[in-house]
Amino acid sequence: MKTETIAAIATALSESGISIIRISGKEAIEIADKIFQTKGKKHILKNAVSHTIHYGFIYEEDELVDEVMVSVMRAPHSYTTEDTVEINCHGGVLITKRILEIVLKNGAVLAQPGEFTKRAFLNGRIDLSEAEAVMDMIKATNELALKSSLSQLRGSVSEVIRNLREKIIYEIAFIESALDDPEHISTEGYKEKLEVIVEELLFELKKLLDRADCGKMMKEGIRTVILGKPNAGKSSLLNLLAGEEKAIVTDIAGTTRDALEESIKIRGIGLNVIDTAGIRFTDDVVEKIGVEKAIRFAKDADLILYVVDSSTPLDKNDLEIFSLIEQKNAIILFNKTDLPAVVTEAELFEKCGGSYPVIKISTVENIGMEELEETIQTMFFRGKISFENEVYLTNIRHKEAVREAYESLLLVKNSIDLDMPEDFYSIDLMSAYAALGRIIGEEVGEDLVNEIFSKFCMGK
Amino acid sequence: MRFSQNSVWVNNKDIDLLMEEVSHMAEIREQVDVCVVGAGHAGCEAALACARLGLETVIFTVSVDSIALMPCNPNVGGSSKGHLVRELDALGGEMGKNIDKTFIQSKMLNASKGPAVHSLRAQADKADYTREMRKVIENQEHLMVKQAEVCELLTEDYEDEDGIAEKRITGVKTFTGAVYESKAVVLCTGTYLKARCLCGEAITYTGPNGLQAANHLTDSLKALGIEIRRFKTGTPARMDRRSLDFSKMEEQFGDERVVPFSFSTDPEDVQIDQVSCYLTYTNEKTHEIIRANLDRSPIYAGIIEGTGPRYCPSIEDKVVKFADKERHQVFIEPEGLHTNEMYVGGMSSSLPEDVQLAMYRTVPGLEHCKIVRNAYAIEYDCINSIQLKSSLEFKKIRGLFSAGQFNGSSGYEEAAAQGLIAGINAAMEIKGKEPLILDRSEGYIGVLIDDLVTKETREPYRMMTSRAEYRLLLRQDNADLRLREKGYEVGLITEKQYKKVCEKKKMIEEEIERMKHTTIGASKENQEFMKRHESAELRTGTNLAELMCRPELSYEILSEIDPQRKPLPADVIEQVEIEIKYEGYIARQMRQVEQYKKMEKKKIPEQLNYNDVPSLRLEARQKLIAYHPASVGQASRISGVSPADISVLLVYLEHYQRQKEE
Repeated sequence: MKTETIAAIATALSESGISIIRISGKEAIEIADKIFQTKGKKHILKNAVSHTIHYGFIYEEDELVDEVMVSVMRAPHSYTTEDTVEINCHGGVLITKRILEIVLKNGAVLAQPGEFTKRAFLNGRIDLSEAEAVMDMIKATNELALKSSLSQLRGSVSEVIRNLREKIIYEIAFIESALDDPEHISTEGYKEKLEVIVEELLFELKKLLDRADCGKMMKEGIRTVILGKPNAGKSSLLNLLAGEEKAIVTDIAGTTRDALEESIKIRGIGLNVIDTAGIRFTDDVVEKIGVEKAIRFAKDADLILYVVDSSTPLDKNDLEIFSLIEQKNAIILFNKTDLPAVVTEAELFEKCGGSYPVIKISTVENIGMEELEETIQTMFFRGKISFENEVYLTNIRHKEAVREAYESLLLVKNSIDLDMPEDFYSIDLMSAYAALGRIIGEEVGEDLVNEIFSKFCMGK
Repeated sequence: MRFSQNSVWVNNKDIDLLMEEVSHMAEIREQVDVCVVGAGHAGCEAALACARLGLETVIFTVSVDSIALMPCNPNVGGSSKGHLVRELDALGGEMGKNIDKTFIQSKMLNASKGPAVHSLRAQADKADYTREMRKVIENQEHLMVKQAEVCELLTEDYEDEDGIAEKRITGVKTFTGAVYESKAVVLCTGTYLKARCLCGEAITYTGPNGLQAANHLTDSLKALGIEIRRFKTGTPARMDRRSLDFSKMEEQFGDERVVPFSFSTDPEDVQIDQVSCYLTYTNEKTHEIIRANLDRSPIYAGIIEGTGPRYCPSIEDKVVKFADKERHQVFIEPEGLHTNEMYVGGMSSSLPEDVQLAMYRTVPGLEHCKIVRNAYAIEYDCINSIQLKSSLEFKKIRGLFSAGQFNGSSGYEEAAAQGLIAGINAAMEIKGKEPLILDRSEGYIGVLIDDLVTKETREPYRMMTSRAEYRLLLRQDNADLRLREKGYEVGLITEKQYKKVCEKKKMIEEEIERMKHTTIGASKENQEFMKRHESAELRTGTNLAELMCRPELSYEILSEIDPQRKPLPADVIEQVEIEIKYEGYIARQMRQVEQYKKMEKKKIPEQLNYNDVPSLRLEARQKLIAYHPASVGQASRISGVSPADISVLLVYLEHYQRQKEE
């Protein structure tokens, strides 16, 4: 059963330093106590005095996960005025995420964006004058979360989830129409049929959970978009970046028909690279669509790699690209250095006011890649480019939702095994449907009623 | 266009002239407490509730002969609708008692499924139902019946306690010019407002069954700023029993043991000789005729403008939308004991008369059918129900309440349930008491009204069991346990009736406790008992409650190993068995209800201006302004209001509260 104790990562996620996981609510201390042990393998947090810090280890069952410092703040002397525990763990995205997940498994729910502050305010901790700022913050963080939730979900995953939901709602609609109109629709032999379907759904959800564990559900990483005129060498760059020496996480062809997307790791930093159609003014309808998409991708990008063909003169298409990278993090790649140059570096500097790093590369001869990697790494560690925390949190949120759906379906299976009547099945089927809907940002609303009327012929 | 002879259809200009003439006459003025407009299922309940609470009440109807008329199907109850009637009865309504007096067949639907979806449905003797209800109405103290068409609502502007300009109702005016001054008005106009009936190309401007439509009130409502919409529904043909061949149909019997609707009815009084219904099917030939004549259907020809319900589609709709279905069920049901008319359930239609006859005659058993009344579709004016509060009072006009099909619902039971609540709340308002509002965890009535006031209904709203998210708790068998107390507090349930429920509650609790604490050892006799009932052997000692959770064991079977058991009434045993057998599921829903209640308790002040709330998304702001929900819980159910908007709203409310305190 869900409690109202919330948890989240309180620091920015990064590969270095220390991260803090914050838990707040009635059961915060109890939950932390379950997973935290001292060197002497003792659970001591339950009786810990307020505002004390404790050295020890986080365990998941018997497995040691990390060496941590845990501070305990008892109500009302904390930010939220609720019992609060902060786990200071070794930084690193994987460990931090893992500890958060362990906390969630032990009874906390993932905090909604802005929820700690909201609670602080509702509990009277924050001054009245700041109310407006609190509301703004809630709105802004939610918008960010929503955006990342939808844009980061892999196309294939949302497809799978939509399919699963469709199957689930069909079964609920069948059961409910039979309950509403028993003289028209019979449930004879249905139990056996549903059992098979639930098994299939459980299998699919298990696969999805496994994928989530490998980080394959979400596109985690810096949204990187390769821009350039046609034939500037964009695809070659992507191939080089995604070459065998680099760890390819996954490759999914065609987020759109004309953009190729790859998840790549460069020096431990996750990049989500989208190769776009060449930017040029055109009357060709199909190509135009591709260009428009490239422009849209560029607008959402965390980092733009602008590939310049140094063997042809700059033209109005390049000017278009310059306007796209304005106000953005970008690296200009001076490509085709193996050919006689028509464009000079000086010309480029002048065009962009010298605000972007320019790197000479040759995708044909594999020159300049080292320097590019180094530049990306520097930008990352200096905090110039960063992946949004929200992406990771969203991934955890999605995973929790899949787990919830999975558990709901287990309850359905249990009800079938216990030979419960059909009306009991639809209750947990509905919970599964709602949980999956949260991943793709869809509310339940009138879905069921619509499904009943469109799929089943009611009487009178 | 053809007009039926008894229809009064005049254009607006003519109405003004008429009204002017009327105003020159010496007018009748009467003073009452409450005016109820319409004497259908909603109006009857509303009027009875007000009168029984001691208020001088007048109920208006266009025809006294049509009190509690059942113009469509001849039944009361059915899946989830049966729940509404039981709840209404527990609160002190009349419908349950009236159907117990006049039913001719009764069934508990879904009896093979879980207790939450068991639902009573009875065939009514329509004429008898009307007659009995009329008797109750006519003999009710403080209640007067008046045959008249109400054409105008009278209101006045006033300043409320906070000095804000408001409107309140002061009475009604009839077509003949009579004025009834009142403190509250309950509108229950059903399908009569600007009604028109369609049967193919033939259109009559009448209410159901050729009764006079109410053509004037809509304009008065619009003038008061009330948003009107147009809905549509339909009914199948009635046939002469003598022309049907029942040997070609399957006979359908009532239940052997009838359960009454009303908690006040003695179960022995309803064990009567029941009549049968009959089942037959359409076939490919039927569908062919329909398809060939679709262009003559007013719906498909675009003549009908109203929105029809998807849950009771016409036969033309079924054939078009479910083209791959080879046959559709047709239920032939008697309309009463003293008539030969038979209702043809499942084949409502607005096709022309000749097509109707041809299509009906393709159905086995109906080959030589004679139609007494043609099937028809009916269009009528109703309101967008989000203009109402959960008490069914208009948000913008104090003292004006409404119920039933006028609110955009459909069905006798939905109407009656709203009528009762609107009536009670009109009375509460006059008495200066808190309104009776059931929430979604307290009853189907709560779900029904909450849906009406928070969801945009684009078609006539019908109750469905899937709409009740806490349905395991909202069973028809425990409606008395859930709601008698509220009925008693309101004043419609007597002390004696209330005490009876309290006693029942106590007996249930005690028996559950006893069963949980009666240990059953793994003795040899007990093991033998298990074996005999094909139940797993006991490994250790257990208790009676644990054992009853086993599907193969029941309260009755367990009596053998439960010698201390005291004899208990059947309804108590039923509750004990359900509460124990489904304890896990019930406990889970109870926890969900706890969460739900928290949000319901956070009330939103009526004068809150959403334009002052920063950071709401535009869509949410517009929706919140349009609906003006009563609580944060209600706000969260409005589509287009996101959880983040709710968070913002919570912060703002806290801000608002603290500012007020400072």
